[in-house]
Amino acid sequence: MKYAKRFDNRKLDEMRPMSAKVGVIKRADGSAMFQIGDTIAIAAVYGPRQLYPKFLQNPEKGILRCNYDMISFSVPERKKPGPNRRSTEIGLVTEQSLNPVVQLELFPNTVVDVFIHIIQANAGTRCAGICAASMALAHAGVPMKDLVAAISVGKVGDKIVIDLNKEEEDFEGGATDIPVAMTPRNNEITLLQLDGEVSKEELLEALSLAKKGCEKIYKIQQQALKDAFKGEKNE
Amino acid sequence: MGEILLKDKEIAVPGEVLAKGMDYIPAGGTFRENEDIIANQLGMVSINGRLVKLVPLTGIYVPKANDIVIGKVVDVTFSSWLLDINSPNLAMLSIRDATEYIERNADLTQYYDYGDIVAAKVTKVTRNKAIDLSTKGPGLRKLNEGQIVEVTPSKVPRIIGKQASMITMIKDATDCKIIVGQNGRIWIHGVDPDKEIVATAAIMKIEHESHTEGLTDRIKEFLDKELKK
Repeated sequence: MKYAKRFDNRKLDEMRPMSAKVGVIKRADGSAMFQIGDTIAIAAVYGPRQLYPKFLQNPEKGILRCNYDMISFSVPERKKPGPNRRSTEIGLVTEQSLNPVVQLELFPNTVVDVFIHIIQANAGTRCAGICAASMALAHAGVPMKDLVAAISVGKVGDKIVIDLNKEEEDFEGGATDIPVAMTPRNNEITLLQLDGEVSKEELLEALSLAKKGCEKIYKIQQQALKDAFKGEKNE
Repeated sequence: MGEILLKDKEIAVPGEVLAKGMDYIPAGGTFRENEDIIANQLGMVSINGRLVKLVPLTGIYVPKANDIVIGKVVDVTFSSWLLDINSPNLAMLSIRDATEYIERNADLTQYYDYGDIVAAKVTKVTRNKAIDLSTKGPGLRKLNEGQIVEVTPSKVPRIIGKQASMITMIKDATDCKIIVGQNGRIWIHGVDPDKEIVATAAIMKIEHESHTEGLTDRIKEFLDKELKK
């Protein structure tokens, strides 16, 4: 089987339709939803609040703690609830991709908790999670240098494409998935993972594609955050 | 020559460039990177001459000196009380700064017991967030009666109003005693319970519609209507 065109008839540099909403969880200090195609992530932020046990506290700055979870009904085959090796790793990389932007020096000995739930999964869940988490952090009023936008790029067959779906990720002819997170203002990469094989040229091409994608995502994030407060204005 | 990229009262998201050039000075909620002024919070832009400021729309209470706060006693030590003031760190009310006369080796719970609500003033906040409180000042004391309403701390300035216009209006209309804590806790006590309910409703209304124009007039209407019933 050859990969000549995309399974859902998208162009190579076309992303799935996206939407975002802020304030989806009432009792959280900040919350957001991010949807890309069939992948939906919701994120809730609590804090800054006191961190216990005490030995984890950092007297110089607050710490960020991310928790990633795929809900059991998010995938075609029921997923056993609870943390596993994969979700622990993704929680950690999410934390590392958000840490460069948050400014928690003002809140020593505290923690900001981020809970990401994937309520529907069709590839690109960690990227959707990061997008939702950065919006939720902004909504919670946590000081940040910038938002973070994330998108997966990759190589399917011999084509470089953006925003792979599950079908493309599982392509028998070989697929490479590269999740990328960027700060939109300075284009600094805060997350770069790679699963598969690519040449140097292909990677650079994929990254320039990711840069364009992140700009589009940033527009949507920005709009969602502004809309959340425009509603109050017109009331 | 610098330029302003976002207008006054527009909403900015973290990382958004608010102004370019060294003609403008970054104030609260913003920082300078190279020559640009950048937002580091979600807030409303406020431009005052050369100052570019961001009024936060969300977020927790960050204590600062001279704030009046309403705290709850959560711990009692040998020489102080520890109060929860709705911020990540506990605040300390030392016996030196309490107005009561306290005998040597007295049991401190007879003055302020666990769970007591105290109106106090923040005297000092250190860099590592040790917060000192004092009850020296008019109206600062243990609150024995009345009720507490909690609002988002970022909306407190709106509840107080310009030169305390909003809160004075509610106080006068409902004959209630009200203490507004900067930490988002508001104490209300009225002789007439019905009027106390109206005062509470008015404060909830302000919190809900805090970004709208002409709010003072609408609250006045609301108070007149409710009190006539």
